[in-house]
Amino acid sequence: MSYRNRCWTQRILFLSLLLVLANFAAPGWAKEAAPMAEDEVVEKRMVAISDELRCLVCQNESLSGSHAELAQDLRREIREMIKADKSDQQIMDFMVDRYGDFVRYRPPMKATTVLLWFGPFLLLAAAVVALIVYLRRRSARLDLSAQSALTADEKKRAEALLQQAGNPR
Amino acid sequence: MKRFLIPLAIFLVLVVILGYALINLDPREVPSPLIGKPAPAFDLPQLAQPEQKFSPASMRGKVWLLNVWASWCVSCREEHPVLVQLSRSGVVPLYGLNYKDARTDGLRWLAQFGDPYVASAFDNDGRVGIDYGVYGVPETYVIDKAGVIRYKQIGPVTPEALEKKILPLVKELEKS
Repeated sequence: MSYRNRCWTQRILFLSLLLVLANFAAPGWAKEAAPMAEDEVVEKRMVAISDELRCLVCQNESLSGSHAELAQDLRREIREMIKADKSDQQIMDFMVDRYGDFVRYRPPMKATTVLLWFGPFLLLAAAVVALIVYLRRRSARLDLSAQSALTADEKKRAEALLQQAGNPR
Repeated sequence: MKRFLIPLAIFLVLVVILGYALINLDPREVPSPLIGKPAPAFDLPQLAQPEQKFSPASMRGKVWLLNVWASWCVSCREEHPVLVQLSRSGVVPLYGLNYKDARTDGLRWLAQFGDPYVASAFDNDGRVGIDYGVYGVPETYVIDKAGVIRYKQIGPVTPEALEKKILPLVKELEKS
């Protein structure tokens, strides 16, 4: 598949190299970064919402942190929806309608996600059951070996043998 | 001996499951929530004739394909010969959605490689792409007579995907 501005790692490396070189070439070149958006309140809400969303192009990045072009477009959409007085829930629904639950970092509780939510607890319960069974068997085995302990006669003989072995002539 | 065989068996089962997932499942393929839902409406100027518009509503009563493409998209080139051949066969009408492209680039691309589309809608700002849940070009939608999306091919249309999935589905939908 083709994604414009794929994942930015390489580009960022290249750009930072360029920046370093540029600084050497023209030390007075640095400039204040222009503010991202005109409206700080809108921007804050946009970042809060897009932090909850996955970028579909670079799937290990959040929508707020991704430089992929689609992420930029989607942030633009979110900004516009905020300006149009949409609620957070409406914006979330907009995204889920188009890209599915996959865009959400916190999947909703649904019939299809029950295993996702409770699977770990199921595994934990299974492990506890296995542990209990193992411990019971082990103590039964220990009881058994206790029963087959030596009689008083045998013990005497064993001690005698050990003493002999302990004092070799 | 048994003590060693059990962990080994568990390990092998894990290897098989993980190996299967690694080879056969593509984490980039996100299931589209739009399947089984009406294709989002739009009314966009056509790429070649900006004064004419294209809207999915005009395709009611027909089974058709909507292919999202762009001149900057590398994999689109890969699928392009398949689409050209499909359009020559005339089995199913193929429309394009020229996604986030410059008009001149899109037109040049079609002139250079051939134009398999009945028409291409020109989605310059990518808004229609967002409505269709496009996240990686190319993507291809199969839309039925009632205007419902029945299938989405993510990534290039391969001859196998065409033979095994898209064309049989088109045939089935045309019967109904």
